[in-house]
Amino acid sequence: MNIEMLVSLLLTTMTAATPLLLAALGELVVERAGVLNLGVEGMMLSGAVCGFAAMSLTGSATLAILVAVAAGALLAAIFAFLVLTLMSNQVATGLALTIFGTGLSALIGTGFTGQPVPPLAKLALPGLSALPVLGRLFDQDALVYLALAATVAIAWFLKGTRAGLILRAVGEADLSAHSIGYPVLRIRFLAILFGGAMAGLGGAYLSLAYTPMWVENMTAGRGWIALAIVVFAAWRPWRAAAGAYLFGGVTVLQLYLQGSGLLPVPPQLLSMLPYLGTILVLTLISSGPFRRRFSPPACLGKPFRPPA
Amino acid sequence: MRFVVEPRPEPSRLLWTVTPILALALTMALATGLFAALGYNAVDSFLAFFVSPLATLNGLTELAVKGAPLLMIAAGLAMAFRAGISNIGAEGQLIMGAIAGGGVALACWDLSGPWILPLMALAGILGGMAWAAIPAFLRTRFAVSEILSSLMLTYVADLFLNLLVYGPWRDPEGMNFPQSRLFNEDETLSVLVDGTRFHSGIPLALGLALVVWLVMTRTLLGFRIRTVGASAAAARYAGFGTERIVWFTLLASGGLAGIAGLFEVAGPIGQLIPQITPGYGFTAIIVAFLGRLHPLGIIPAALVVALSYIGGENAQVLVGLPKAVTGVVQGLLLFILLASDFLVRYRLRLAHRAGVAS
Amino acid sequence: MSGASGQPGLRLEARGITKRFGSLVANDTIDFQLAPGEIHALLGENGAGKSTLVKILYGLLAADEGDILWDGRATRIATPRAARALGIGMVFQHFSLFEAMSVLENVALGLDHPERADELAARIRSVSAAYSLPLDPDRTVSTLSIGERQRIEIVRCLLQAPRLLILDEPTSVLTPQEADALFSTLRLLAADGCAILYISHKLEEIRALCDRATVLRAGRVVGRCVPRDTPVRAMAQMMVGSALRDVTVRTTRPAGEIRLRVDGLDLPAIEAHGTPLRQIGFELRGGEILGIAGVAGNGQGELQQALSGERPVPRAGAVLLDGQPAGDRDAAWRRRRGLCCVPEERNGHGAIPEFSLVDNAVLTAHDRADLVTGGFVCQAKAIRLTERIIADGDVRSAGPGAAASTLSGGNLQKFILARELAQQPAVLVVAQPTWGVDANAAAAIHQALVALAEAGSAIVVISQDLDELLMLSDRMAVLHAGRLSATLPMDGLSVEHLGMLMGGAGIEAAS
Repeated sequence: MNIEMLVSLLLTTMTAATPLLLAALGELVVERAGVLNLGVEGMMLSGAVCGFAAMSLTGSATLAILVAVAAGALLAAIFAFLVLTLMSNQVATGLALTIFGTGLSALIGTGFTGQPVPPLAKLALPGLSALPVLGRLFDQDALVYLALAATVAIAWFLKGTRAGLILRAVGEADLSAHSIGYPVLRIRFLAILFGGAMAGLGGAYLSLAYTPMWVENMTAGRGWIALAIVVFAAWRPWRAAAGAYLFGGVTVLQLYLQGSGLLPVPPQLLSMLPYLGTILVLTLISSGPFRRRFSPPACLGKPFRPPA
Repeated sequence: MRFVVEPRPEPSRLLWTVTPILALALTMALATGLFAALGYNAVDSFLAFFVSPLATLNGLTELAVKGAPLLMIAAGLAMAFRAGISNIGAEGQLIMGAIAGGGVALACWDLSGPWILPLMALAGILGGMAWAAIPAFLRTRFAVSEILSSLMLTYVADLFLNLLVYGPWRDPEGMNFPQSRLFNEDETLSVLVDGTRFHSGIPLALGLALVVWLVMTRTLLGFRIRTVGASAAAARYAGFGTERIVWFTLLASGGLAGIAGLFEVAGPIGQLIPQITPGYGFTAIIVAFLGRLHPLGIIPAALVVALSYIGGENAQVLVGLPKAVTGVVQGLLLFILLASDFLVRYRLRLAHRAGVAS
Repeated sequence: MSGASGQPGLRLEARGITKRFGSLVANDTIDFQLAPGEIHALLGENGAGKSTLVKILYGLLAADEGDILWDGRATRIATPRAARALGIGMVFQHFSLFEAMSVLENVALGLDHPERADELAARIRSVSAAYSLPLDPDRTVSTLSIGERQRIEIVRCLLQAPRLLILDEPTSVLTPQEADALFSTLRLLAADGCAILYISHKLEEIRALCDRATVLRAGRVVGRCVPRDTPVRAMAQMMVGSALRDVTVRTTRPAGEIRLRVDGLDLPAIEAHGTPLRQIGFELRGGEILGIAGVAGNGQGELQQALSGERPVPRAGAVLLDGQPAGDRDAAWRRRRGLCCVPEERNGHGAIPEFSLVDNAVLTAHDRADLVTGGFVCQAKAIRLTERIIADGDVRSAGPGAAASTLSGGNLQKFILARELAQQPAVLVVAQPTWGVDANAAAAIHQALVALAEAGSAIVVISQDLDELLMLSDRMAVLHAGRLSATLPMDGLSVEHLGMLMGGAGIEAAS
C-alpha cells in the first residue's frame, strides 16, 4: 500500500464519517439536554430525500441543504411536541418518528428514484489544498469541513458558554434547573430542533455528496449508528468525532476489502462489519470502569412536567 | 378563558380503551387528506385503501394471512415492552427463525413425514430465541442497551439471509435466481380455505396470543413481568429477579418472532428468498402499542395494521397511489396513538378565573 | 392588581394569597408580614401549604388571588429571576443543585449576571469565609456531604446580597451541631438587616431561632405566636388541630433469641453518587427495636437494601437470619424466612403507584400469604387479603381496586406497613417510617411498631428523625459515611453524643 492509496482511504473515510458525525453531534446536544430521540434514522432519511428533491428540482445545492435541514427540524418538532408537551414515552415516540420518517421519505422519493444529480461542489482550502499528496484531503465538499467545525463549535458551546452550561444543567437535573427559574421545556425544544436539523444535514450529505442519488432506506442504519456513537463518545463532542471517523474507517475498510478481493469472504459478511463493530464497541464501553467514569446525563429519557 | 392541564389521580380506563379507536379514526381521516393532497380522488382512495379489502373473501383471508405474523410478534413484544425491555430487533429474530426453520426444510428436502413441520417450527423458535439471546446476554452481562444491539442484529440477520440465498442455499435448479429450493408438501403449512392463502399457522397464531394473555393476566410470571416494567426497585424489593425477566421476555419475544418468520416461509412464501418480510418486525411495534400491550387488544390491532398493508397494495392497483403511503399511514397511526395517551393520563380543565399574577 | 400601599417599615407583606389546584385549596387567603432583620417561622405539617406559599413568593407559582407588597409597594413576582432581582433568595429542601457539576458551575447557574469564573471563585471564597461556610469552588457536588451541599445553596443566595432569605426545612438534613452552626449564620444575616423566612415543623428549633411564627393548617393561617413565649405543646396543637394522639411506649420487654446478626457487611454504592457500606455489624434480638440514626446520604438506602435482600452480597455469612447464612440471598428468600421490610420511598419502591392495591398486596405478600397455586395468582384470596390490610391499617381508600397513586402519602405508608405486618414478620426493617406523613398517621405507625415488638418480633428502624428514634428504640447506632457505630444503650445517651457520631466523630474508633 503506497501513500497515495492511504490518502485515498483517508479521503473516503472522511466522507463516510461526515453523515455519522453530523447526526451524532445533533443527537449529542439533544441527549445533553436530557432527551433521548431514537428517531435519528427517520430524520436522516427525510433530510436525504427532501434535500435530493430540492436539488433535483432547483439545481441549487444551498437551497437543497437548507430544505434538508428544515425537513429534519420539522420532524423533530413533531417529536418535541409529543415528548415535551404531551409527555409521551421517548423511546416509543422516537421509534414512531423513525417509522414515520422512513415511510414519508419513501413516499416523497417515489418520483426521484434513480435520477442523477450533480454532486456537491468541492471547496478547495486555499494553501492547504496545494500541498503535495495530502492536498486532496483539503479539497472536499463544504459539509466535510462543516462537520469538523461543528465539533469544535459544539465542544466550545458546551464547555465554554453560559448557554451551554444551562443546557447541561437542564439535562443533569431538570427539577433544579426549573426551580432556579430556567425554562426547561423551551431549552429542550430548541435542542431537539437542533438535533433534527443536524440529522437532516447528515441525510442530505448522503443523498447529495456521498452517493448523489436517492434510494429508499439509503441511510441503512446510519441513524442508529449515530446513536451508538453518542454513547461511545460518552456525550463528548471530540470523542464523537473520533467515533464517527472510526466507524467511517470500518465502512471504508469493508468497501476496500470487497473491492480488492484480498479476503476470500462473501461481501455480505464484510457488510456486517459496521453493525457488528457497533455492538462490539457498545459492549466494550458499557461495562467496566468506563461506565463508571462517564455516566449519561442524569435526566436522559425521563419526561419532565413542571411540578405544582 | 384558559385551560389548565392536570394529572388524573389514576389513568382513565375508559379513554385507555377508547383512544386507540379514536386514533384509528383520526389516522384514516388524515390519510385520506394526504391522498387528496397527493392529487388522488379522496373518496376512491379511501375506499380502495380502507374498505375494499374487507369486501371480499380473498381480502378478508389476506387480512388474516398478514395479521398472523404481526399478532405473534406483537404478543411477544407486548410482554417485553411490559417488562420495560425495548426489543426492537424482532425483524432480525423473524429472519433468523425463518433461516433456522428453512434450513431444516432444505436439509430434509427429499424426505417426507409429519415430523418435519414440527421440527421446522422448533428450529424456527430456537432461531429467533438464539438471536434474541444475544441482546439478553449483552444487557444482563455488560449492561448494553438492548435497543441498539437488537436493531444492529437485524441488519446482520438480513445480510446473513442474503448471503445464504445468493450462496450455499441457492436452488441448484433455479437458474441462478437468488432463492432456495421450494419446500416440499410436508414442509409447508396446509391451506385451510381453498382458493386463498389462509393457512394452518393462522389459528395457531391466535392460540399463541391467547397463551400470552393467560400468562400475562393470570400467572405470577405475568405479574413479575409487569412489576419489573413498572419499577425495577419495587421488583427487587419483592424479590423478582430482574435479570431472569430480561432473559425470559427477550427469549419469548424472539421465539414468537422466529416462529412467525418460519410460518411466512413455510406458508405464503414456500421457500427462502432475500425479502421474506415487509417489515413485520417493525410494524408489530405499532400493533403492540395500538393493542395497549394487552394480548387481547393486539388481536384487533394486528388486523388493523394488516389492513394498512393490503390497503396499500390495493390502492396502488386501483387508484395508482404509491405503495409507500403504507409506511406513512402506519407511522401516523403510532404518532396519533402516542399523542392520545396524553388524555388518558391528564385532563384539561377550564380555569376558574384568570389568576392575579397571570 | 390593586394599588395597595402597605404598612411602613415592612419588607414583605402578603395579603389574601389564595392558590388552588383543582378542587384542592392549597393556600386560602393567607396574610402575613415580615420586617427587616426578623426571623419568621412558617410552621405547619406536611401538606399544610407552606411549600406552595414560598413557591409563590419565589415566583415559581402564580397565586390565583391576593397581593404581595415588597417594601410597601404591590409587586408581581412572575419568575424566580424576578424574585432574585428584588433580593429574594431561596434555599430549597430538595436542593436545586447539579450533582455532576462543580460548585462554581452550580453557583454560576444561580446568578443572573454572569461573571468571570476566576472572579466568581474569589467571591465564593470570601463570602464563605465571612459567614463561616467553607466551600471549595472546584469540587464536584456529588463528592460533597449533604451539609456542604446546603452551603452551596446558601452561598449562592448570599452572593446576591439578599434582602429576604427563604429556607425550606433546612435542618432536616443536618446534624444537631451543623444545625447550630446554621443558626449562627442566620442570626448574623438577620443582624445585617436581612429578613428570614424559616419553614419547619420542628418546634424546638423554632423556639430557639425565630422571633415570630405563623402557623398554617390545611392551607389557612390558624395561629400566630412568639415562639419563645409559647409552650411546644400549644404550638403542636395549633399545627395539628385535633387533639394529639400519644404513643404508648412499652415499659420493658424480655429480650428474645438473636434473630438477625450482621457481621462485616460490605456493599458497593448503588448509584453513581451513592455511599458504599463498610464493615457493618450488629445483633438484634426478638422483641427489640434497634434505631439507626444518621444524616441523609450516609448509606441509609444501601443499608436498607442490604438487609432486605434487594442487594445481596457475595459473602453469605455477612447476614445471619435466625442463624442461617442469608447474605447472598435475595429479598424473596429472606421474606420467606420472615424478614419483611418497609423502604423509605413509597412510590416505585414500597408500592407501585399505577398498580391497584390488590396488586400491591400481591407484590410482597404472594408468598407468605399463600396467594399463588400452580403459578396462578388467586385473585379472590388476594382481594380478601387486601381488604384485611385496609381494615387493619386503617387505610382510607376507594377500595381494593383503587390505584395506589390515589392514596395520600400517609395512607399509602399505612397500607405498606399493614401489608408487611399481615405477613407476621419475625424481623422487620423499616426506613423513614413517618417521612412526609401527618402527625396522627405517624402516631398510628409508631404504635403499630411498638405492638409488633411486644409480640416478639425484632425491628430495625432507620431514620433521620432523632425524636422518633429516641422514642422508639431500645438501643441505637449511628450510620456515617457507610459505617455503623457501636450500638448504644438508651440509658445516659445524650443528643450531643449522637450528634457527634452523626458528624463522623468517633465512628472509626467504635467500629
